[in-house]
Order: sequence, then structure tokens, then C-alpha cells
Amino acid sequence: MYGKGLRALSIATVAAMALALSLVFFYAPLDAEQGFLQKIFYLHVPLAIVALCGFVLGALLAIAHLRTRDPRWDMRSYVAIHMSLIFGVGALITGSIWAKGSWGHWWVWSEPTLVSFLIVFLLYATYQPLRFAIEDPERQARYASVFAITAGAFVPLNFMAVRLASAYVHPRVLGSTSNLPGPMALTFLVSLAAMALLYATLCKFELTAKHTRAQLRALRRRLLGEIPDTQARRPRSAAPTLQPGATVGTQAASRTAL
Amino acid sequence: MSRTVAALLRKELLVELRTLESVPAMSLFAVTTFVVFHFALNRSVVDGDLAAGILWVTLLFAAILGVNRLFVADADQGGFDAFLLAPVDRTAMLVAKVITLLAYLVVLELVAVPAFALLLLGPSIGDALPDLIGVLALGDLGVAVIGTLVAALAVRTRARDLLGPLLGLPLLVPIVIGGARATSPLLASVHPTAPAARWLLTLGLYDLVFGLIAYALFDFLLED
Repeated sequence: MYGKGLRALSIATVAAMALALSLVFFYAPLDAEQGFLQKIFYLHVPLAIVALCGFVLGALLAIAHLRTRDPRWDMRSYVAIHMSLIFGVGALITGSIWAKGSWGHWWVWSEPTLVSFLIVFLLYATYQPLRFAIEDPERQARYASVFAITAGAFVPLNFMAVRLASAYVHPRVLGSTSNLPGPMALTFLVSLAAMALLYATLCKFELTAKHTRAQLRALRRRLLGEIPDTQARRPRSAAPTLQPGATVGTQAASRTAL
Repeated sequence: MSRTVAALLRKELLVELRTLESVPAMSLFAVTTFVVFHFALNRSVVDGDLAAGILWVTLLFAAILGVNRLFVADADQGGFDAFLLAPVDRTAMLVAKVITLLAYLVVLELVAVPAFALLLLGPSIGDALPDLIGVLALGDLGVAVIGTLVAALAVRTRARDLLGPLLGLPLLVPIVIGGARATSPLLASVHPTAPAARWLLTLGLYDLVFGLIAYALFDFLLED
């Protein structure tokens, strides 16, 4: 049931990515000042936007987890943050390349968006160590949700504080489509949509993989005639693992068993 | 609620007075750090941006020492269990711990700020003092709230000494931005001016938002 729609989503992502890339290379005009280098804008900015939205999404899913205590929300929150971290690495690397190309330095402190992104990234880099340091799965999920909500609220606050701190207002070529010429804005929006689709697909793949693994483990246990113990030989992990057979019906049962 | 907070606060301060575990270490750390800064920067006197930066970095790292110890006794010696057995609002513990940490920070600053003025600061601190106290108070409130939340998150993990600072420092970056930017014109050697209102506003807003976040989330950290 978790693989449902995965094929359609994957095909849509590949198509959107192909469309976005062909727009970037064949349709969007060359930037007057930066030339070909400016094309990295269509990769870097969508990566950063999707990563940040993913962090906030992780916080919303964590709120759902704390409200319902359903471990599947924790799993979704974990996957959202995990993927955002990966996208965040991409955004930092592409941002660094862009900075080197256009300003001549790998890192510039005068660009508040880049600096805020680094601070947010450093905070979220502690998400997995925090999970890994808590052994009890229920407490791990609960603490991780508290962290995810705090950090999700921190994302916009931090952007405001760093923006305020930059000594002069940097010309905002990034992020806002209002000052972009039409073809560039169109290309940017298509790239953003393609990147969001990629994010959704990768999240879905990870969720499906985790559910399949849980189901496989449950089936293997049943085949070997083992008692379905929920705690035994659980490898310590930062990632949440679903209890075997964690469907809606048995969810309550397995929770009371804990 | 207020009686619970008072009782918890009394216990915290009594424990600290008897063991002297946190505050003396924090104060000593701050003074030592000023000496380290003197040699690392090779400067005898500092002012302006540099002075504000040194003061805030030192106070922040000293505060982290206190944050790391804040819940250790409760986690190791059954304080959490006893508190959960009592039929009281769990928020009382948050409030009591924030006030405790705030008190630690005030004592720390009573030692660290005069030491800083004596050891490193070029311009006289006298005129800047009233404004500086205001900025420090706003910063302390934020450090206390975030520190308490982070300490509660980290204390019952296996790597609590590592996770406390790792979680706390990024969250405290906006406090450092606001605090240092507000302090720097106060400590300028020529024409010291009052801090810009926007930094005080930033600090105040940040304190408020994190106060609400901590209030909403603290209960979930105290369930088992």
C-alpha cells in the first residue's frame, strides 16, 4: 500500500526534471553580467527553498506525532528532515560554487541567505546524533519531535535575525521572481516544481523502503515461527524503525505492548 | 503553580549553594577565557566590535557550562521521578529551571563584566553600564530559556555533554547577533552611543518566541 503511486510520481519527476533542464539550457537567456554561470541559479535556489520547506514540513509532521503519538508521523518527520539535510548539502555546495564563480570566494559572509542557511544546516546536523544517542524508541521519537518543532520554528527566526545583521542590503537577485525577466522566471518556477517533485519522490521511496523492510521482517519472523517480540535484537539506529506489522489495527496493540 | 515554582527554585538554589557545582566554575571559566583572549589576540585593550564579541562569546561559553550541568542531578539522582510523582503542573519545572539558570547568569556577569572591564576593556565602562545591563538582561533571558530547553533535551541521552553545546550554539546565534551588535556601540572608544532599538527588539522578540516554544514543548520531555 505504501508503494502506491510511486511509479506515477517517479515518471512525473523525471519528466519535470527533463523539462526543467531543457528550459535551463535551451530556453532561458544568458545573464548579461554572469553569463553561463548564472544557470546554477536554477539548481541552487530550488534546492535551498525545497530544503527549507522540508525542514518546516518536518516540524509540522512532528506536531502531528506529538498530538497523535502515532510512530508513523515520526517516521514521516524523520524522512522529511533526512531528505532536507541531503538537499541542504547540495544547496551549500552549489551556493559555494556560485559564490566562487561570481564573487571570487568560496564563502561570502555578506550574503545573509547563505549564512542563515549554514546556521540552520548546522542545527539540523545534530538531529541524527540526538536520535542516535537515545535508545528507547518511544523516547527517541518524542525527543526528536520536540527538536524538530523547535528547529522548524528557528528557521524563519534565524533568517530574520541574520538578514537584519548584514551590514548593507545585498541586491536581491535570489529568491524573488518579481525582478526576473519572463523567460527566466518561467524557467525558475519549472525548476522549483521539478525539485519539489524530486523531494516528494525521494521521500516516498524512503518511506516505502522502510515499510517494506518492516513487513519483510515480520513475514520472516512468522515463517521461522519466532515470537513477534518488539524489542529484541533491535539494532541501535538514528532512523526510526516501524514495529513489525504496524498497520492501523495492530498499532494500538503494539503500543500498549510497549 | 507559583508555590511549586518557589519550592523547586528553593531546592535548586539550596543544592547549588551546598555543592557549588556550577556558578564558581562558570565564573572562573569566564575570567580564564579573558586571559586566553588577551594572549590569542595579542591585545592589551579592546573596544567596540572586538570587545562586544569577546564579552558575548565568553558569556555564551560560560553559560554552556551551566546548561550542561542544569539537569544532571535530576536525571542521575531521581529528581525527575520524584517530580513526576508529585501532582503538580510540569511547567513549574521549566519556570524554576529558567529562573535558576537566569540567577546563575546574573552571578556570572557580576564577576565576568567587572573582570572584563578590568582586564581587557579600553574605554571606561561607567557610562555604558545602564544600557549594558539592559542588553545583558535581554540576552540572559534568551540564553536561560533556550539553555533550559536544550539541557532537558540532551540530559537523558548517552552523549549529553556533547549534544548540549551542539544543539544550543546554533539556536543561540541570533542572541549573539543581537547582543553583540547592541553592545558594540556602547563599548566604542570614541563616541559611544546607545544601542540601536532594532537589536533590543530582536532580542526581546526572540526571547518571547522561544519562551512560548519552550512552554509548549517542555511537557513532552518529561513523560517517563
